Amino acid sequence: MNVQNPAQDFDELDSVCVRFAGDSGDGMQLTGTQFSVVTALEGSDLSTFPDFPAEIRAPVGTTFGVSAFQINFGSVEVSTAGDEPDVLVAMNPAALKVSLPGLRKGGLIIVDEGAFNKRNLDKAGYFDNPLENDSLSDYQIQKLDITKLTLESVKDFGLGNKDAVRSKNMWTLGLVLWMFDRPRKPITDWLEEKFKKIPDVAKANIAALNAGHAYGETVEASSNLQRYHVGKHKEEPGEYRTVNGNQALAWGLLAGSKLGEIPLMLGSYPITPASSLLHALSSFKEFGVITFQAEDEIAAICSAIGASFAGSLGITSSSGPGIALKTEAIGLAISTELPVVIIDIQRAGPSTGMPTKTEQSDLYQAVCGRNGDAPVVVLATSNPQDCFDVGIEAVRLATKYMTPVMVLSDGYIANASEPWKLPDINKLEKFQVNFCTNPEGFHPFKRDPLTLARAWAKPGTPGMLHRIGGIEKSYDTGHISYDPANHQKMTDIRAEKIANIANDIAEQSVSLGNEGSKLAVVGWGSTRGAIHQAVKRARGEGIDVSHVHIGNIWPLPRNLETLLKSFDKVIIAEMNNGQMNHLLRAEYLLDAYSLTKVTGQPFKISEILECIRVQAGERS
Amino acid sequence: MNEQTDVKKLTFKDFETDQEVRWCPGCGDYAILKAVQMTLANIGATPENTVFVSGIGCSSRFPYYVETYGFHTIHGRAPAVATGVKLANPDLDVWLVTGDGDGLSIGGNHMLHVLRRNVNMQIMLFNNEIYGLTKGQYSPTSKLGTRSPSTPFGSVDLPLSPCAFALGAGARFVARGIDTGLKELPLILARAKDHVGASFVEIFQNCIVFNDKTFEGFTLKKEAANTQIYAEHGKPLIYGKDRNKGLIFNRDKFALETAVIGENGVTEKDILVHDETNKILAQMLVELKSPEFPVVCGVIYCVQEESYDQAVHKQIEHAKKNGNDDFNALIRKGRTWTVE
Ligand code: SF4
Repeated sequence: MNVQNPAQDFDELDSVCVRFAGDSGDGMQLTGTQFSVVTALEGSDLSTFPDFPAEIRAPVGTTFGVSAFQINFGSVEVSTAGDEPDVLVAMNPAALKVSLPGLRKGGLIIVDEGAFNKRNLDKAGYFDNPLENDSLSDYQIQKLDITKLTLESVKDFGLGNKDAVRSKNMWTLGLVLWMFDRPRKPITDWLEEKFKKIPDVAKANIAALNAGHAYGETVEASSNLQRYHVGKHKEEPGEYRTVNGNQALAWGLLAGSKLGEIPLMLGSYPITPASSLLHALSSFKEFGVITFQAEDEIAAICSAIGASFAGSLGITSSSGPGIALKTEAIGLAISTELPVVIIDIQRAGPSTGMPTKTEQSDLYQAVCGRNGDAPVVVLATSNPQDCFDVGIEAVRLATKYMTPVMVLSDGYIANASEPWKLPDINKLEKFQVNFCTNPEGFHPFKRDPLTLARAWAKPGTPGMLHRIGGIEKSYDTGHISYDPANHQKMTDIRAEKIANIANDIAEQSVSLGNEGSKLAVVGWGSTRGAIHQAVKRARGEGIDVSHVHIGNIWPLPRNLETLLKSFDKVIIAEMNNGQMNHLLRAEYLLDAYSLTKVTGQPFKISEILECIRVQAGERS
Repeated sequence: MNEQTDVKKLTFKDFETDQEVRWCPGCGDYAILKAVQMTLANIGATPENTVFVSGIGCSSRFPYYVETYGFHTIHGRAPAVATGVKLANPDLDVWLVTGDGDGLSIGGNHMLHVLRRNVNMQIMLFNNEIYGLTKGQYSPTSKLGTRSPSTPFGSVDLPLSPCAFALGAGARFVARGIDTGLKELPLILARAKDHVGASFVEIFQNCIVFNDKTFEGFTLKKEAANTQIYAEHGKPLIYGKDRNKGLIFNRDKFALETAVIGENGVTEKDILVHDETNKILAQMLVELKSPEFPVVCGVIYCVQEESYDQAVHKQIEHAKKNGNDDFNALIRKGRTWTVE
């Protein structure tokens, strides 16, 4: 972005990254979300990154109470929330302090100077007011007394001071809408709907929004404020909406239930950042979805297993620490070969870690984290739209193979929004879920010779009475068995059943570039966007590099080894300490370069690009 | 329903499986198994609509021996699994089998919540006051001072009373029985089955190997009349070989006492009449301990309220009636746009 020539004319930009930062109470998430919606409605591609504080209501004005929302949008393909914001809107000193290190040098900072009082400066740990010294000389600063301007704009509505000040996020939004030439109508519609019952608040917010916009209209040319135009992104024709990962995953699971005609029962326990899945599924009552907020993580998965035993598909959702608690029960589902979908919205660990920060460090836990030889299917989502497809696939695989399926998403995907081309459920491929009703030669561990899945006979079916449990059972009868050879056979068949699924999933493709290139960057999960952009830029620089994105974590795609060994060199980029690298090394004796990051923040494109340059020998 | 149930009433034998029962010879579990099989026959249970769910422990082997559907789950978690079964298919009749370790130690939390929620199922807690399957460690119901491999100098922590726990957790049905009470136990279990909601039945079960005779003080057949009260709603709480003893309420001490009819001016009218809907009375009755008091068995507490599974499905039925399950419409709610 170029802000060298301030003027009222539009500057045309391919893409721009804006960060709204303020106190938890400043409504920055709302501002960002609404700005995203308008941006999406205008047809730009976009990706968002809500960056929440860990505390629910942190003390006002503190750095740990800063809540930020970053949006990257463009007329070109945008697949990350942006490396460095071009524009920072900072509502108080703490927000400035926290967000400044990430800002692009030369970028524009819009600050509410009314909030830069002694108290707030102290709370943010500023000895000097940064607006009054030269500490911000690398940036363009636009100081506005947003608080005062807002109060003026809403004074006719008779709101108390507190409510009036609250409208300042709408004032700010109005100004930013002006900057990027976005319409106000969707926001005013939304405000009217939201505050239907308190029309004065609706009117005040709309007035603040309009005032912010009008401020831009009348701004002098000498100001640092400038208008930009970001065009439409060429998308496939169709109907679109914005969606975040957890919402899309919830819809994907529901779609899976429709396509397989299998009822859903979710057992869950609240945990960040997975709770919104519980909330979403709790609202599907008209679809017959049962949700059960259990007393703990263990009860949550156990209820799901019970539901699967009874002939529904049990689902449980959590994050790393909760999945750890569910571990024993996952073993029960493996041993009894019951379908259950286990959703892990990963966050920074170990232990409580950083609940609101993202990470991909539950890979070992998903693939290996159980007692006994206990394989499950593991799928990873890479972005919000992918969550929908993975949700369906998880339902399909769990019911077809009578196995737990673990879905790895993460806090970034869960909360990030993107445009999504709405599918038509009637055009999605259906699949058959089979229940065994034929008593002839039935026993509960009788297997389908092709899938190796055991027969699923649900209680209520005459003639199919059976008992199952976590004790080893006889391959031939399904009864309890401590026979040594039988245990070997059952262990083998459980592993074989899962391994065999590699024949039912897509072969690994190269998402950008070609098989056999000099270098490949391999990733999984939410790093997809950043790797994609980095590889794209590196290829633009003439580097022979490809991008391989793995969605099927276990079993791995059957051609993956051959594919990976076709490259001269492989970089594995992931937000953990090298877990996928270990897995691929263990499986394929692959000698790869491990690029890792565990700061709680997603990869920047530049970080991956730099690694590509070095590994390609372009730089040392 | 299968043909068999149409033409012929099932007997307890129809609820036996082909699996060899593997409890220690003389274990109280055998008698309970028989009582349960008799109950199922008596109440006309449909095998395919009946599910037994258990956790881990000696008692939890139970499902393998009952010719219905069964799920032997993991330690302590049976209430949660059973809740899932019941929510997924409320038409199933769910029976939960657990023990003092499984249900009150590792699974105490789940027991608390299944009772509080009032999920419709019968919960049989076999209380033998010991860990059997792991070879004799003391349990949360073991008497103070219990010597066991893990407490060689005697246990120092107070035991809990399962029925008091259940009442505290908000159970709407609390009953007690004795393993060998083949006459009473099927009646109690039939009442538990009749009750819609979580029916909690503590069954004193003798572990002949690790805790033999621990309940002998009140379970010995020849002394039973003097050491037990079989509570029946609306009937006086009378016991004794000569039916001349009973429980009275001492207002000054706010406590129950035993009294002999005809002594100290006590008449039959003074004897408390059992009211199974009175929670305070129930709480007092379950705390009476042998040998100072007779041990109260039978249905101690029973009030009828909507069960959790009923309430959950009511909401779903309501939503289905008032909404529609159009998936395409669902994902198009809110703001969408069209790219031409
Ligand atoms: S150890 Fe005790 S409770 Fe267990 S089967 Fe033997 S006698 Fe019964």
